[in-house]
Amino acid sequence: MSQQYMMKGNEALAEAALRAGCRYFFGYPITPQTELSAYMSKRMPKIGGTFLQAESEIAAINMVLGASSVGARVMTSSSSPGISLKTEGISYIAGSDLPCLIVNVQRGGPGLGGIQPSQADYFQATKAPGHGDLHIMVFAPASIQEIVDMVGRAFDKADQYRVPAMLLADGALGQMMEPIAFPDESEEKKLPEKPWAATGTKGSRKPNIINSLYLNPNKLEDSVRERFERYEKIKENEVLYEEVMTDDADLVLIAYGITSRICKTAVNMARAEGIKLGLLRPITLWPFPEKAIAKIADHAKAFMSVEMSMGQMVDDVRLAVNGKCPVRFFGRTGGVIPTPDEILQAAKDVLASVGGDK
Amino acid sequence: MAVVFEKTRGLTDVATHYCPGCGHGIVHRLVAESLVELDVLEKTVGVCPVGCSVMAYDYFNCDFIEAPHGRAPAVATGAKRVLGDKNIVFTYQGDGDLAAIGTAETVHSATRGENITIIFINNAIYGMTGGQMAPTTLPGQVTQTTPYGRDVKTAGYPVRVCEMLSTLDGVYYAERVAVDSVPHINAAKAAIKKAFQNQIDGKGFSIVEVVSNCPTNWGLSPAESMQWLRDNMLPYYPLGVYKDKDKGGNE
Repeated sequence: MSQQYMMKGNEALAEAALRAGCRYFFGYPITPQTELSAYMSKRMPKIGGTFLQAESEIAAINMVLGASSVGARVMTSSSSPGISLKTEGISYIAGSDLPCLIVNVQRGGPGLGGIQPSQADYFQATKAPGHGDLHIMVFAPASIQEIVDMVGRAFDKADQYRVPAMLLADGALGQMMEPIAFPDESEEKKLPEKPWAATGTKGSRKPNIINSLYLNPNKLEDSVRERFERYEKIKENEVLYEEVMTDDADLVLIAYGITSRICKTAVNMARAEGIKLGLLRPITLWPFPEKAIAKIADHAKAFMSVEMSMGQMVDDVRLAVNGKCPVRFFGRTGGVIPTPDEILQAAKDVLASVGGDK
Repeated sequence: MAVVFEKTRGLTDVATHYCPGCGHGIVHRLVAESLVELDVLEKTVGVCPVGCSVMAYDYFNCDFIEAPHGRAPAVATGAKRVLGDKNIVFTYQGDGDLAAIGTAETVHSATRGENITIIFINNAIYGMTGGQMAPTTLPGQVTQTTPYGRDVKTAGYPVRVCEMLSTLDGVYYAERVAVDSVPHINAAKAAIKKAFQNQIDGKGFSIVEVVSNCPTNWGLSPAESMQWLRDNMLPYYPLGVYKDKDKGGNE
């Protein structure tokens, strides 16, 4: 059995990134992700990597742009207000078809908000991570073990599709400790070749240009369309989700990240009372598991999206359900974490209001 | 027949979009010649700004990265930290890019002593967007957004970049040159070459500020614009070496 560690989410994420072959980290301090940067500052110099504390989140994401342009496996991390500053760079990175990993350990907003756990950046991550027509892949782990397992996958998928990846965590996942085991580390991680990288022509090829500027509108449209063809492949092949007792469920909760674990407790409490509650947990938020939700909508009486926000993912649930049954919402925001009891009560209220057989 | 002049292979064989009489063409040639003469063109990665030289990647015959507005020194930092001594990384930036929206990236790449080379074109105006006030626009200078002349009481004073950066310990070399005359162009070439040689030698952050012209947005003929540069810009932006650690530490 592999070695077990007791680690904070932020530190486990950093260690997993190192084990995935990441040797370049550019960041700027912000609560509640600070331990991630601190871990990188401690480890990178020991393994021949680079940790650089930038002058701003804007500079940090542009250092990521530069490092990715020359072929490096590179990442940055921040929390909600800092991610807002990074959105300029994320748009350029997406428009330049550069892979990288961006970590958002979400806290309450808007504005400076608070420093407690939140899921209020769902819209930003999945709808508008930057200006223009673009998506990034968004991974939403629910435990520290899942963070550890997901970091390498996020890097690999970013490289495979040349699309930036975001790991969307929250202050709870970043700060809490859980026992974990790292994936098999017997072999040195082999990173893919990047013939497009700007590493100097060496006199043997035409210059590689990394850019997102196309003054000719037809060429810009072509470049965006080509990217959206890759997005379609991602939607076909990279959707991840977990289902808990959805087969016979009258009401299916939809929740991601830390909230999904509270929902699991609520589902078990409901089942103990004979109430048929189920859960679908999106593991990727973009691409969103819309087909799986649509399938459940054929037999469930209703859905309830449970979020640490005022209701953001619920819009995607409604689009997926497409009117087949009611879609309700329960959420707490500002850094308040919902309890299993209040989720169960909200579920009972929904079931009472929708009533009847399907 | 003896060849007395050739176009440098450091530039691609295309017509540029620059206006007639613009100094960018001269500076592009000086940079490209320097890279060829130092035998580093094939291992050079350029970073272009947002501004008139946003499409510099079409003109230089080497790998290039396009940065968001003002972020070129951060992009260059990321690239150089990965590539290390194997490659040469430079940015080519205008005054709005480097001294307004990108001030933080400029100052902090300088104070970190990043081993990069910055070519900074100061023509006292935003060219690409049609002639608005730049951080280097002179007091009293008329632009599209200072139609009554730059009033320092409301629009503040110009930024003297070389003077400012020369106070930072991290800066190895900072020199201001101009491209308004053959002697000045020759001196500019020597400064640019030195700035790249410094990077080859691993010495650290080097910046060459090139005082240049913008006949189109200054509303002058190319010849008149060069005279205007001499009469107005050079008194405010004196040419010379502001920092050179080869000649000792911080003055």
